[in-house]
Amino acid sequence: MTTTTHRPATAGADPQLQEHFDATIGADQRIEPRDWMPDAYRNTLIRQIAQHAHSEIIGMQPEGEWITRAPSLRRKATLFAKVQDEAGHGLYLYSAAETLGADRDELTEKLITGRQKYSSIFNYPTLSFADVGVIGWFVDGAAICNQVPLCRTSYGPYARAMVRVCKEESFHQRQGYELLLTMMRGTPSQREMVQDAVNRWWWPSLMMFGPPDDNSPNSAQSMAWKIKRHGNDELRQRFVDMTVPQAEKLGVTLPDPELRWNADRGHHDFGTPDWDELRRVITGDGPCNTERVARRRAAHEEGAWVREAAAAHAAKQAAREDAARRNAALGNAALSHKDGETA
Amino acid sequence: MNERSEPVGEGHMSDDHAHLSLAVAEADGDARWAFGTGFTDPLHGVDTAVPPTVQAPALAAYCLALGDDALVSAQRLGEWCTRAPELEEEVALANIGLDLLGQARLLYTRAGQAEGGGRSEDDLAYFRDPSEFRNVRLAELPNGDFAFSVARLLVLSAWRLAVFERLAGCPDPVLAAIAAKGVKELTYHRQYAADWVVRLGDGTEESHRRMQQGLDEVAPHLGELLTGETAFGTGAAPVADELTAVLRQVADAAGLTLPQTAPLPGSGRDGDHTEHLAPLLAELQSVARAHPGAVW
Repeated sequence: MTTTTHRPATAGADPQLQEHFDATIGADQRIEPRDWMPDAYRNTLIRQIAQHAHSEIIGMQPEGEWITRAPSLRRKATLFAKVQDEAGHGLYLYSAAETLGADRDELTEKLITGRQKYSSIFNYPTLSFADVGVIGWFVDGAAICNQVPLCRTSYGPYARAMVRVCKEESFHQRQGYELLLTMMRGTPSQREMVQDAVNRWWWPSLMMFGPPDDNSPNSAQSMAWKIKRHGNDELRQRFVDMTVPQAEKLGVTLPDPELRWNADRGHHDFGTPDWDELRRVITGDGPCNTERVARRRAAHEEGAWVREAAAAHAAKQAAREDAARRNAALGNAALSHKDGETA
Repeated sequence: MNERSEPVGEGHMSDDHAHLSLAVAEADGDARWAFGTGFTDPLHGVDTAVPPTVQAPALAAYCLALGDDALVSAQRLGEWCTRAPELEEEVALANIGLDLLGQARLLYTRAGQAEGGGRSEDDLAYFRDPSEFRNVRLAELPNGDFAFSVARLLVLSAWRLAVFERLAGCPDPVLAAIAAKGVKELTYHRQYAADWVVRLGDGTEESHRRMQQGLDEVAPHLGELLTGETAFGTGAAPVADELTAVLRQVADAAGLTLPQTAPLPGSGRDGDHTEHLAPLLAELQSVARAHPGAVW
């Protein structure tokens, strides 16, 4: 059961409410937090937004590993700022989930106990500094393909969050690609690093769009609700078409022998990702699943005393202010009483 | 000394840092990348020739020491990334780290100009050995718990703010411009650290105990800052007085005791370091040194 602490009850809802909801979706208008919505719509959104928030937070780890080792101060600052942006995106998305009645602490609890998922891409390791560039180029690029349509998703706060997130992610993608362009102009060993990172990240990046449409159980309902507006395969195709010319300009080879332009379709044909691998990574058997969740759990648990202290201080502070106000009021009363006596 | 407002309560705090930084992204567009790439140059229009009244070797050495403090501190703040007690703190600690990294880059560039040998910011950061670093030892100590980290941040930012306020009027126009920019940043760093020292000192029994321990652990390192050499009109005594006054004020508000501890002998300013600096630099410099001739 998802978090439902302060969400309005919808059981036995007026059929008129459902009609109104359907009409709003049908007219391509936004559902806002105070509007009535079906439980299933609310739960689907909470799950999707939470997963998205978790992905931002877990996604800080693979690149964050390189902040302390970035090979120039300029790259160090750029990377640090990017990882900071991801924390900001996570905060923004958790807030959007809270407008649906979810609670950030409970969502975090679900993440660190493995009951909610995050994007499987972040379960792969970052083995060299070139990975930082390739993640920017591929992973942020794929995220943009997925998220630009979400700027028009039917739930208002999610759509608005996506506008901000997409803007920053397009920065990140450009930064990543620019790093790779620079490295490709460097030493032979730098060019090898870039090609190696491309080889490792290409297929997992294609998997970011999810399983093929005919095997994607939740897609149809999400499309009907206009939470989702394009199929997984369509977005994957868009990403491939966008990336091929960028790879040519960069001078790297995408590791797919079947990749070629198809003039009839007006798109690139490409090979089939290893869906068994995706299933394994999603169900917890990726190379880094355990360490990613363990790191997040450790930070959360080791920070508990800090959060408790902040809450305790805030409560004490409020009590002190309250007492001061009451004393002042008493003082005033005493004063006016005294004035009365003198009068 | 700048005015300090009351520490903000937790409820207020949960909104501000992330939204602040997001708003900055919107307002400044490309300047968001200031710390990294396309930055609004605080030295725009400033003549970078060293004025004849300024001794270039002393200026180079001073910029290097201040730059080393900033780089080593930024590295420790970078280690907090993905390990902070709350997401708001992830954002805030990264903000502070980025500010310091930006200061380090400007100061190294100025040091390179003043020494006249053509060394770049990256030459100075990546290709000097630990014995050549001149940061105070307090900056290089491992992060410890959150209480130690905010105690250290309070001390270093209060000291640095006192110095930068005075350097803003120094005879080298470049260092003066760097300091003027840094004052705004450091005012926030000091406020952030002071707020947390008060929260933790006042919060729970455990946080009080840890915060007191954090202050106890930084205390022996105060000597390095209080008695350290000064230059370019910063004046050791007024800076020391300001630092002591700030620490006393914060400790009082937090219900904590400022320990009277004898300072440790030696100083990072003379190249005396703890065993913690070498591994910190080995990590920081590892990729740059593994690829000679590479461009990044």
